[in-house]
Amino acid sequence: MRLSGHGVACVRGGRQVFAGLDFAAVSGEAVAVVGRNGSGKTSLLRLIAGLLVPAGGQIALAGGDAELTLPEQCHYLGHRDALKPALSVAENLSFWADFLGGERGDAAATLATVGLDHATHLPAGFLSAGQRRRLSLARLLTVRRPVWLLDEPTNALDVAGQDMFGGLMREHLSRGGLIVAATHAPLGIESRELRIGGVA
Amino acid sequence: MTALSALIRRDIRIALRVGGGALIGVLFFLTVVVLMPFAVGPDLALLSRLGPAILWLGALLASLLTLDRLFMADHEDGSLDLITMSRTPLELACAAKALAHWLAAGLPLIVATPVLGLLLNLDMVATGAVALTLLAGTPALTFTGMIGAALAVTLHRGGLLMAVLVLPLSIPVLIFGVAASQAVIVGPMTFGAPFSILCALSLVSLVIGPFAAAASLRHGLD
Repeated sequence: MRLSGHGVACVRGGRQVFAGLDFAAVSGEAVAVVGRNGSGKTSLLRLIAGLLVPAGGQIALAGGDAELTLPEQCHYLGHRDALKPALSVAENLSFWADFLGGERGDAAATLATVGLDHATHLPAGFLSAGQRRRLSLARLLTVRRPVWLLDEPTNALDVAGQDMFGGLMREHLSRGGLIVAATHAPLGIESRELRIGGVA
Repeated sequence: MTALSALIRRDIRIALRVGGGALIGVLFFLTVVVLMPFAVGPDLALLSRLGPAILWLGALLASLLTLDRLFMADHEDGSLDLITMSRTPLELACAAKALAHWLAAGLPLIVATPVLGLLLNLDMVATGAVALTLLAGTPALTFTGMIGAALAVTLHRGGLLMAVLVLPLSIPVLIFGVAASQAVIVGPMTFGAPFSILCALSLVSLVIGPFAAAASLRHGLD
């Protein structure tokens, strides 16, 4: 599998964020998108996820499932964690597993992996920021998708959580997945750097 | 199908829990209708003549009250991004959300109608007619309202904008809903003609609503 972009340009609110961006990532590889604030890291992830329309260039995934579009093969982990405070931890996770469909793992085991098995019946509204992030990570594990798009994935995670997440990313890569992560902090795994918008 | 039923179940569950919108709509409906006899005065004949219009206006405003959260909540917490990216066509997801909203917020209004009919001096037949027209007409309110909710989703405080956008679209529904109910109570029209048009309005909005809402959500991506 190879995710690549050629001459990708992004315009937000009439302002050119970046233009002529080329990038590529192959199976088993992690790309860390770095750049100063406002350089378009999140925009790049949203372009790949199909949530923004590129102003120029194209983005393609070669060697994936031919029946599915690129966004359908991506997991997007953004700043906003897509959790409903009124639903319990287990309900939130099982909803996304049912809704996203496809190959799925064991929800209970995933919650144990991310360290939330003691809080399954707690409404998500009572979770701390770190716990919410862990629950979002559980979504990535429960529904298998080859491309992970991560926006500041280690935000709010404690040191143990970052270690756990590093392990999960390594496992994902070893299964042939690929990761594009926008990050300021070190990602915790070997990754290739993609710098946009000059030196930070 | 599992995806759509999961979405419907989730939305209904959220609406019925504390802080959900289902109860707020019914309470608002109740308040509007209960206040009306106090405003109009104890003229029973006048009340029963105005009854269907009052019930319809109450139901219209109550369904509008909760509609602006239809996409807003999902937009704010990022769920809408994942719904847009998923394998489920956005049109079907929109239709499922509107259906869930109608089940959680529209259906209780119809269930409450017979009780409120008593307060407005409507007899059994008249109350039944109003409930039936609401049953046929409220889906149209939800599915056209969904278009406004989708347009307003990227704007903060889009609630008022939504009312301005949606109210004109709901005028035909209001006219034929009240006309069909009045036909039963005072005549001289037959019930069938306005009721058929009301059903047609609902069916048309069932088809157009999801496509228009999905198109405006896609256009508003950012």
